Amino acid sequence: MNFKLRIWRQADSKSNGKLVEYSISDVNPDMSFLEMMDVLNDRLVKEGQEPVAFDHDCREGICGMCSMYINGRAHGPMKLSTTCQLYMRNFEDGETITIEPFRSAAFPVIKDLSVDRTAFDRIIAAGGYVGVSTGQAQDANAIPIEKHHADMAMDAAACIGCGACVAACKNSSAMLFVSAKVSHLALLPQGQAERKTRVLNMVEQMDEEGFGSCTNTYACEAECPKGISVTNIARLNREYIKASFSGD
Amino acid sequence: MNWFGKFLTSSIGRKFVMGLTGIALVLFLIVHCGINALIFVNDGGVLFNEAAHFMGTNIIIRTMEIGLFVGILLHIVQAYMLAVANSKARPGKYQVNSANANSRWYSRSMTLLGTLILLFLIIHLKHFWVVSRFTGLEETSYGAGNLYIEMQEVFAIGWVVIVYLIGVISLAWHLLHGFQSAFQTFGWNTLKYRGLIKCAGKVYAILIPLLFALMPVAMYFEWIK
Ligand code: HEM
Ligand code: SF4
Ligand code: FES
Repeated sequence: MNFKLRIWRQADSKSNGKLVEYSISDVNPDMSFLEMMDVLNDRLVKEGQEPVAFDHDCREGICGMCSMYINGRAHGPMKLSTTCQLYMRNFEDGETITIEPFRSAAFPVIKDLSVDRTAFDRIIAAGGYVGVSTGQAQDANAIPIEKHHADMAMDAAACIGCGACVAACKNSSAMLFVSAKVSHLALLPQGQAERKTRVLNMVEQMDEEGFGSCTNTYACEAECPKGISVTNIARLNREYIKASFSGD
Repeated sequence: MNWFGKFLTSSIGRKFVMGLTGIALVLFLIVHCGINALIFVNDGGVLFNEAAHFMGTNIIIRTMEIGLFVGILLHIVQAYMLAVANSKARPGKYQVNSANANSRWYSRSMTLLGTLILLFLIIHLKHFWVVSRFTGLEETSYGAGNLYIEMQEVFAIGWVVIVYLIGVISLAWHLLHGFQSAFQTFGWNTLKYRGLIKCAGKVYAILIPLLFALMPVAMYFEWIK
């Protein structure tokens, strides 16, 4: 397969970037999108040009490192898929593919397609953990958890922190990510002790990082590679309002 | 900052204010639409004028009117503050963005739709509210001001009817998203209630603007006299 690629090139967070055109030919349809980028980069290196910087790690849809805004969609056109799980057979032969970084004030571009998503780490550090002793591994099995709640917590825990929700949202809102993390712990017995302070601190950090607010367009849910539901955002709102107004 | 200030200035708190004032406006419009619909009784406006007179003179209603204005003001100020903050959160725009693949245009256009409603509202208040409260209405034999005649005069003008239709259509789109959105903001959009909220929102967002749209149209074409 042959493609015309328009790739965002930006030297660092300070400089202005622009789209640069590349042609790539003889692409195997079963290559992943990242493998196609590897092939392009090999060629650029051989030609003495600067390769395109992009993030990746596991290449199996679990680490959340790969990003890229492909043809106007976070992680490209496939539903429930990360960029590393996207294959070239999902595109038309001869297609022009535009590749941009995830754009958000809170995710500054490091270089080309690689953005700094440590804002998410700081939100997690503000409360996305259990800080009290909940016993040893075997104790987890001894704590009764209703199946329905366990399932909802598990669905929320599927969030890989990739930031596609932020990239897709017109406000660069991080509500889907934060709601997944807050829900995951609010639904489990282990999360109860810090339930209120967790949501208050995580939302405060989210606002401090410069993410926008939620207009409820639900673009995040549609683009999330893990299918995190916006009912989690309703839960986050509920948790935050309750924690704010709670008397103790 | 104390807890309440913190809540009100947080992103979720700001949206909570939007939702609360939005739903207050939704409730107000039910009353407003209900009373105005009395013109369809087609009695030369007697019933409508009497109801309007009551609404304009009753002390409880007049007090609630102050609350309504405060609510609208909060809704408008908060709307533009959010719009500015949200646009700052995305300084570099995408060269290619397929937003229609993941969301509806009207959910992304609440500020534009709200601005159209605001422009309409200014014209609307000048047409009726200013006249009935300040510059004075024509007298009727039964002691109420003749707001009905005022309506007939205003809605005899073609461009005014078109402006009203634009305002009302903007309202319909605003609420098609806004109604369910407010319940999401309150945290009530759970799996159990989502269907009900969506359905009620659609019914409201179509029915109320449709009734409002019928009023200037019916007067313009003199379906009611
Ligand atoms: C007067 C001019 C108005 C302006 C400028 C305005 C603006 C806005 C904006 C920008 C939003 C979205 C905020 C966001 O999610 O980021 C919004 C939401 C909303 N508006 Fe308005 N609006 C106006 C009038 C109205 C009226 C007349 C009603 C109801 C009858 C209404 C009901 C709502 C509701 C229910 C929401 C949803 C709140 C939420 O998402 O939680 N608005 N408005
Ligand atoms: S909610 Fe979905 S899109 Fe957002 S960070 Fe988690 S996995 Fe990625
Ligand atoms: S590289 Fe790990 S999810 Fe794509």
